[in-house]
Amino acid sequence: MCGIVGLFLKDSALEPDLGQMTARMLATMTDRGPDSAGFAVYGTGQAGQTKLTLRGPSVAGIENTVSKLKQTFPGTDAALYDTHAVVAVPTEDLARVDAWLGRECPDTEVVGRGHRMEIFKEVGLPQDVAARFRLATMHGTHAIGHTRMATESAVTTDGAHPYSTGGDQCLVHNGSLSNHNNVRRALCREGLTFETENDTEVAAGYLTWRMREGLSLGDALEVSLEDLDGFYTFVVGTENGFGVLRDGIACKPAIMAETNQYVAFGSEYRALADLPGIGLAKVWEPEPATVYFWER
Amino acid sequence: MPDIDLGVTPLRELNGALHKLPPETNERHWVIENPAGRHAIAAGLNAPLNVEINGPVGYYCAGMNKLATVNIHGSAGVGVAENMMSGFVHVSGDASQAAGATGHGGLLRIDGNASSRCGISMKGIDIVVQGSVGHMSAFMAQAGNLVVFGDAGDALGDSIYEAHLFVRGSVKSLGADCIKKDMSDEHKAALHDVLTRAGFNGEVDPSEFQRYGSARTLYNFNVDHAGEY
Repeated sequence: MCGIVGLFLKDSALEPDLGQMTARMLATMTDRGPDSAGFAVYGTGQAGQTKLTLRGPSVAGIENTVSKLKQTFPGTDAALYDTHAVVAVPTEDLARVDAWLGRECPDTEVVGRGHRMEIFKEVGLPQDVAARFRLATMHGTHAIGHTRMATESAVTTDGAHPYSTGGDQCLVHNGSLSNHNNVRRALCREGLTFETENDTEVAAGYLTWRMREGLSLGDALEVSLEDLDGFYTFVVGTENGFGVLRDGIACKPAIMAETNQYVAFGSEYRALADLPGIGLAKVWEPEPATVYFWER
Repeated sequence: MPDIDLGVTPLRELNGALHKLPPETNERHWVIENPAGRHAIAAGLNAPLNVEINGPVGYYCAGMNKLATVNIHGSAGVGVAENMMSGFVHVSGDASQAAGATGHGGLLRIDGNASSRCGISMKGIDIVVQGSVGHMSAFMAQAGNLVVFGDAGDALGDSIYEAHLFVRGSVKSLGADCIKKDMSDEHKAALHDVLTRAGFNGEVDPSEFQRYGSARTLYNFNVDHAGEY
């Protein structure tokens, strides 16, 4: 099953409420995915810095990683969120930090990186996961979230969405891909690496590869219709954009709402029911095999 | 006249109260506020009630309906009036996928658009859509009428049995074994009857519609295909 929510703000006055709005939408989708939850928030970024979202094996584990990291790289800013930490690294130190993390903290994983994107995901009820990471306090321009009912791979944090395989890019998915093993092998030959056996990570990697080859997100989604087989609704985020794509027979549910303040996505209308001005919003179901994309 | 706020009253309590009403009840007019997209609102009714729902509903609203009139003042999620037996369900907004699916009887009227698979496996229900319907509508439709004022998406009437499809606008493509048919006076009269029951009293001209139905080539195994197995 699984549930997806997404919110792309057009009106900057709503940016302080992004986390709170997303948290409510996510909790509403618990019925569709009680196994794990995750979300990506596009908040503030600073020139010359890259944000890494790190996930440790435990709260103590990530605290340990962050304190060692700060000793080794004194200029590093870090904010702790339960088992995760968001670390702002001067971009010139990034390669050294990456190498150091791989060497010194093998149980800490980099789940997302980018100028503005932060990614959080854990096993548990969506409401609890959102509370652990203090989603309701987060500010930003857009966010996407996912509640997972596991089908293709185990109920682990590794199997939780969103998936990111490129800077400021992430993907959530409802459905299942049938050719993900073939696509994964093809992408490995192109030099991509994968952390899990999960089909969604392959879709995220595919889009990253297409964009690395020069396509826009919209064009990458367009060609994915040819290359990815299965049933799916995708919601993707980039540093400045937000996109939606459903498979050719629109197997999985999707509903969207747009006002002059925001564009919102939900697996069901219930997820959108609390949004401001929803009564006057343009509400519609995205067409199958049609790319929808908003960019600021 | 009970006025139920679903922001306060649990949905199960409402549906339980509606299910307990005997067919001869005098408590016939119910108003439901604040549906907020909840699922299965007023599903399984079995009495001649008049239920007004003020706002958008989620999945399976008025599913399995018998005898009741359900007016949804808003849009409806997946499977509105699915498996309806009799009665009248009216959606003032849009309907999501599989509206009126497997319905045996009664009439479903949708003032906006219906999404994909509208009337899938319909078995006698009449469905009138003022807007357009999505792909795979009337898939395996067995009996009843699907009337579309706007356009139909891809693969209309795929593997259709004996349902009647009337479309005023364009049809993107016809599904397997679905063909365009002549619109005789008899069919215009039948369509006029459906439109009248849907509340369109002479406002819509049946002769503007095209009729589609089964070519009946899938009813029996074609021996020429024996070699393909």
